[in-house]
Amino acid sequence: MWRDGMQLPIPLAPAEPATPVPLATGLSRRAFVKSAAAGLVVAFIVPVAARRAVAAEPAPAAKPPVSPNAFIRIAPDDSVTILLKHSEMGQGVWTSLPMVVAEELGCDWNRVRVEHAPAAPEYAHTAFGMQMTGGSTSTWESFDQLRTAGAMARELLVAAAAAKLGVKAAECRVDNGHVVHGERRVRYGEVADAAAKLPMPASVKLKEPKDWTLIGKPTRRLDSRAKTTGTAEFGLDVKRPDMAVALVARAPVFGATLKKVDATKAKAIAGVLDVVEVPSGVAVLGKHFWAAKQGRDALVLEWDEGAFAQVSTANLRDEYRKLAATPGATAKAAGDVEAALKGAPSAIEAEYEVPFLAHAPMEPLNCTVSIDGEGCEIWTGTQFQTVDQMNVGKALGIKPEQVRIHTTFLGGGFGRRASPTSDFIVEAALVAKAAKRTVKVVWTREDDIHGGYYRPMWLSRLRASLDADGKPAAWAHTIVGQSILAGTPFEPMMVKDGVDATSVEGAADSPYLAAIPAHRVELHSPKSPVTVLWWRSVGHSHTAFVVESFVDELAHAAKQDPLEYRRALLPKGARERRALDLAAEKFGWGKPLPKGHAAGLAVHQSFDSYVAQVAEVSVEDGKVRVHRVVCAIDCGPVVNPLTVEAQMQSGIAYGLSAALHGELTLKNGRVEQNNFNDYVALRLPEMPKVEVHIVPSTDKMGGCGEPGTPPIAPAVGNALFALTGKRLRSLPFRGA
Amino acid sequence: MKLVVNGQPHEVDAPADMPLLWVLRDILGMTGTKFGCGLAQCGACTVHLDGQAIRSCVMPAVAAAGKSVTTIEGLSSDGSHPVQRAWQELDVVQCGYCQSGQIMSAAALIAQKPSPSDADIDAAMAGNLCRCGTYQRIRGAVHRAAELASKEGGHVA
Repeated sequence: MWRDGMQLPIPLAPAEPATPVPLATGLSRRAFVKSAAAGLVVAFIVPVAARRAVAAEPAPAAKPPVSPNAFIRIAPDDSVTILLKHSEMGQGVWTSLPMVVAEELGCDWNRVRVEHAPAAPEYAHTAFGMQMTGGSTSTWESFDQLRTAGAMARELLVAAAAAKLGVKAAECRVDNGHVVHGERRVRYGEVADAAAKLPMPASVKLKEPKDWTLIGKPTRRLDSRAKTTGTAEFGLDVKRPDMAVALVARAPVFGATLKKVDATKAKAIAGVLDVVEVPSGVAVLGKHFWAAKQGRDALVLEWDEGAFAQVSTANLRDEYRKLAATPGATAKAAGDVEAALKGAPSAIEAEYEVPFLAHAPMEPLNCTVSIDGEGCEIWTGTQFQTVDQMNVGKALGIKPEQVRIHTTFLGGGFGRRASPTSDFIVEAALVAKAAKRTVKVVWTREDDIHGGYYRPMWLSRLRASLDADGKPAAWAHTIVGQSILAGTPFEPMMVKDGVDATSVEGAADSPYLAAIPAHRVELHSPKSPVTVLWWRSVGHSHTAFVVESFVDELAHAAKQDPLEYRRALLPKGARERRALDLAAEKFGWGKPLPKGHAAGLAVHQSFDSYVAQVAEVSVEDGKVRVHRVVCAIDCGPVVNPLTVEAQMQSGIAYGLSAALHGELTLKNGRVEQNNFNDYVALRLPEMPKVEVHIVPSTDKMGGCGEPGTPPIAPAVGNALFALTGKRLRSLPFRGA
Repeated sequence: MKLVVNGQPHEVDAPADMPLLWVLRDILGMTGTKFGCGLAQCGACTVHLDGQAIRSCVMPAVAAAGKSVTTIEGLSSDGSHPVQRAWQELDVVQCGYCQSGQIMSAAALIAQKPSPSDADIDAAMAGNLCRCGTYQRIRGAVHRAAELASKEGGHVA
């Protein structure tokens, strides 16, 4: 979801405040260390007692320091706690990023524990200047920073142990949580206190990749035990003293406003504690979820539905189609496309469409808020800590640093928990303020499906012509769909000349365009009261489908093999080609398949990773079956191959869910789907056998959380075309 | 009403229509069992009622009175149940939110079918959604759990 250069226009993390800043969880700033490898590393001490996750009591007086910096805490019993600045939402950072720290720290991996870091400027994303998890950036953005943090801690421990032994630090080495000098071994825990009192090293030397023992090694997850025993704490599991549970009745139509509320019946329900109005609707507070739910069902509400109550998906499609036939804002252009198309013996035209989609993470949205004399305290699964601090601060009239956020495990994110408006968090804060009590606002699944912040509906019109060799001579692509960034604080940075970069990513920068003499990519960004948001892989979730399907159409028109056609368009040495070749080879592209089966392929770069997929499909009783997917990824250096494999499986399942089932439709301004019965998601029997192959690569490191999703829909669509001869140009696939 | 959860008797004061899920979570404070849909569509709330996997989000708690309820917290005290161990061994979890329900469905399956086929797994696990798409490792882990359970013999659920 994120790009280079995409920063909040407001400075959030002061580079070097003049005075120590007391932070929410008792952190105190000690030193700022300039590191050769990672730029500024902010170092400070984290008192153990104040760092209890989701601490129930106010932080006690700080104990003596035991931690050399923001990311690492070593206890006298040798346990190593890594403070994770990113949010764990399934993507595996709880394991892969501690591996990066431990590689340099040289600790005993079996003694590593992980906690989510508090919201604090020290944990800002190194590229974006704010604390956040998204855009498949976590590993590359913190790779040098975390290795440096580990190395700094190691140097301090070595110095402290050397002093204890009365030897030179240079004569010592580290081994599995010990500093070793000759035959003598000092446990890290023995010298942790002393190490924390030493001045930070001015610079540190990082290991050579050839010496890595953890990075690159398949390593099992550190959150596995908590998540298999029901003890992992998600936002929905948070319990605070005297906490009420609230459900909010929100507008039934996008843009509707509340006219009248009668809460008499709701207040009569046993267990209902209060009913309060907030800007987003009416909140019913209960002593538990069930009471709040019964109370909300009993509200009598009257809404002014507004103009959007006339809008349905069919109207939108008509409007989009008309727009697609008119010139839009130019995202990319070369040559004279119209002349090339006009002169061509036959132009190929197509219209593609994808629907609104909800993220539908398994854990419904929720947020717990307690307002006190010092500001407010929040417990939630969020991807967007700094933005949430700003938005809640603004909503409550307090400073961002007075908003103390405890990040729990996220029961799935997929972008929904990175809300530029902090919608579900600000709303909970306003409910807590209105009700004057600690409250946990819980969304039902229906609230989630109806609640907006969708992947936008997109329509694409494409025209192309081929030269005598069958290669594309002209390519015109007009994209129509709502801008995700318009109206957010990111608009000034990311919307240029009417083009939201996230609307055209994967289309305007398609590697095929360089081989096409005349090309043009245009964009229309109609406005609508339907709120839209980044959905796993953002713009790529529609552009990969469109571009990779249309290229397949051109290959067919040119009577060429889809693999060879793509290879000819991609420059030699392109990372796309490496991924494509590996996937095709491992699949056995071109070899006979069982009767009634066919294969299709797609390749797409997103978030600096290059993913090719080959899908094998059949159609049984009109139902699409995807039997097997062979996936190859070039994401540069790999930290944890088990994570890469898991994220490719995950991205494929998420994309396949959308390709086969996912669809939200509007009728009279209302979303017609409600829950998993009619907003259908992929189930286990539909999961193909996925094989993941990693391209050995020392190129620029990319991401893994999102890049597995974009290629699957076109790979399946292309396979269906190969099987049936019928080109399916809208998602989800119907009528195969 | 009287409920027996993980072998422990509880006297619960709750509305008659309150689903077992919310009694477990909001009254008994056992949050390992999850809320995902409220409609028996996603399986996140799966628990065992007298050994059968049921969706606790649509079962009124009164219907469980007099029966034995087992939740993820009661499957083992230390994560040592063969299904839990197989899940850890195959590194199944991602966000983890659906996994209590997945594990409870899998444990009920292998208690009834000690060596389930792929088709048995498809049938028994189709009611448990996972938006992270951990299905492939789940399939492998159910087979592995069955193997672990049969090696050790005895009671698995």
